[in-house]
Amino acid sequence: MSDWARPGSPGAAVSRERVLGRVRAAIGRAQGAERDVAAEYAALPRGYLRAHHDPAEHDIVALFAERAADYRAVVESVTTAALPAAIARVIADRARAGGTGAWFAVPAGLPPGWLSRVADGTPGVRLAGDDPPLSALELDSCAGVVTGCALAIAETGTIVLDHGPGQGRRALTLVPDFHLVVVRHDQVAADLPDALAGLDPALPQTLISGPSATSDIELVRVEGVHGPRTLHVLIATADCQG
Amino acid sequence: MSMPTYLGMPAFPEAAAEALANPQLRRNLAHATGTIRTKRAAAVAELTDWDELRAAAKAIKDHTLANLDHYLLQLEEKVTAAGGQVHWADGAAEANAIVASLTRAAGTDTVVKVKSMATQETGLNEALAAEGITAIETDLAELIVQLGRDRPSHILVPAIHRNRAEIREIFRREMPDAPAGLTDDPAELAAAARSHLRRAFLSATVGVSGANFAIAETGSLVVLESEGNGRMCLTLPETLISVVGIEKLLPSWRDLEVFLALLPRSSTAERMNPYISTWTGVRPGDGPRAFHLVLLDNGRTTALADKIGRQALRCIKCSACLNVCPVYERVGGHAYGSPYPGPIGAILTPQLRGMSSAADQALPYASTLCGACYDVCPVAINIPEALVHLRSLAVDSRRHARFQTDFPAERLALGAVAWTLRGRRRLAFAQRAASASRKLFGASGSAAWTRRLPLLGGWTRTRNLPVPPPESFRAWWARTRQDDASPDSPPEIAPGLPSPGTAPRQTGSGTADE
Repeated sequence: MSDWARPGSPGAAVSRERVLGRVRAAIGRAQGAERDVAAEYAALPRGYLRAHHDPAEHDIVALFAERAADYRAVVESVTTAALPAAIARVIADRARAGGTGAWFAVPAGLPPGWLSRVADGTPGVRLAGDDPPLSALELDSCAGVVTGCALAIAETGTIVLDHGPGQGRRALTLVPDFHLVVVRHDQVAADLPDALAGLDPALPQTLISGPSATSDIELVRVEGVHGPRTLHVLIATADCQG
Repeated sequence: MSMPTYLGMPAFPEAAAEALANPQLRRNLAHATGTIRTKRAAAVAELTDWDELRAAAKAIKDHTLANLDHYLLQLEEKVTAAGGQVHWADGAAEANAIVASLTRAAGTDTVVKVKSMATQETGLNEALAAEGITAIETDLAELIVQLGRDRPSHILVPAIHRNRAEIREIFRREMPDAPAGLTDDPAELAAAARSHLRRAFLSATVGVSGANFAIAETGSLVVLESEGNGRMCLTLPETLISVVGIEKLLPSWRDLEVFLALLPRSSTAERMNPYISTWTGVRPGDGPRAFHLVLLDNGRTTALADKIGRQALRCIKCSACLNVCPVYERVGGHAYGSPYPGPIGAILTPQLRGMSSAADQALPYASTLCGACYDVCPVAINIPEALVHLRSLAVDSRRHARFQTDFPAERLALGAVAWTLRGRRRLAFAQRAASASRKLFGASGSAAWTRRLPLLGGWTRTRNLPVPPPESFRAWWARTRQDDASPDSPPEIAPGLPSPGTAPRQTGSGTADE
């Protein structure tokens, strides 16, 4: 191992000082020179819109549904009361497509009622928790995963997972080929600024806009590469609307 | 400083001539860039505040670069506090050696890789191979390039020069587990890549990535991708090593609201790309147990020291400038002889690599200065201005190298051009003067006498001097649009040099039909 490749070695410290020294020389700043970086930053121009669709004038839940579907996610809206039956139906359909022995991964912390009807649709369909953690190979053999989300973004049709309760660690929504995600109507943000402000950067975040895709062959978009090839979104609307 | 000059690669003029003789390449490129140009224009037109987003992005990046030492130290502190380890790499060799030794320390000889410009730049795969470590590229286009023993030719779509039939042939030849009846349907080709890489992902112990952004305030890294290969490499291995150029920093988490609006629309022409992953250090029970951030200089501080050239460091690698460039569309990416092709490559590569070789001196000339690249750039890099500036440096370095230049007037002339193009009134005056000079060409409009000009003979020997038009576009506009603008305040459209916020958006010169 070369000396400077070992963190904490004298060589590594030399590289650090050399790079920082060149940066300071290039920008004409002496080390420790007086400057108010925070004030400069606060004064930067931000003339852009906080939302391209004002929630006061637009149905942003409908906008989210439309834009998520634009990227070939399967999107359905159901009332909160009808959610458990809808989850059971989607899982049953997928289980039938997956053949005998189909099982689904379920993260800890999912609202208890959500899976209450699953057994009705397809007797024998199995749900597996992630405690102790399922191995990557096990996840590869499951029929799909059911989760909630942290929030959604209407403008871009994006679902955000912060991998908290009801969402599972990152591998859980990555390795399975089918992802059923529930978005509550009150989780939809109009646009990026409000969404980002509602996230904790200390947690890993995954922003998902449609199923995995590629445009690497002649710039033709093809859905379905390494991530889940089917993204099924259930939007739970307020009961009074239904 | 080093970035591999591709071995045996001729300078741009020779490489371009070779590429121009390949009709298949030109067809593939014209088809692909034409498709993406139209889509990008539509995605950008959706946002009524594109100019304000662009102005904010430029200001944020300029502020970050002007205070880079402050933000680098903040990033280092935050990453370390979150359980990550920060390494500093002076140049490519050092960065590669750090990755190799960390891989070895993790007890493996195989790494899975997310597409990364920084590791293309350092030649990481070749350096690892020399140490007996196999790097598996997992992005579909990078996989096509790797299996085809080829070179990338586009920042976003490295295999843009290959059509579906060629890709099928590469898979059938190089992928032992390719299905027997594989056709050239893109969906089938993508499915073949999925099953080919599955085992590698599930058993990987070390992942190597770059990053689109590094947030100083929080120590978070951000990767944008489409296929899910990025999520696989960032999540499943026990050790994650991210090689990140020092220009990738953003001050705050909040700044993502600007860059996540600009980058996907400029790059893949989507409202949002399918997957964005952010992570901060290590998270117990979720993802890698060890995280290493390698901060890479490799010539960036040289660019930073150049007041005109440093704007290239604002680049967020969207590749919109490649897709609108008339030169790129015809010659392709390989002719630029660097991982960074196209207009941005023509100003970035010579600054990172230095201008000592003929190949790097030729790059600033790989442009018509039409300005389409500036028009579409989401961080408003004035590529034509930087090109002209670098041309004068290229002449300087040739003079230093040979003591006496072939074209003694060229450097002076280019310096004068740069000065003229920076001021609206100066440009208008120069154009009026050029029109007046028509007299010199006489009624026949012959330019033959210009070959005998003193000092300029070396230049005009190989070029016909065009006869100046009787009236410039600016003068014509002022004359025929008297209602809107007087000749004293010419319109905000300078030919070939759009400025931020003034050129017609979305159908700017580059995205319109060529």
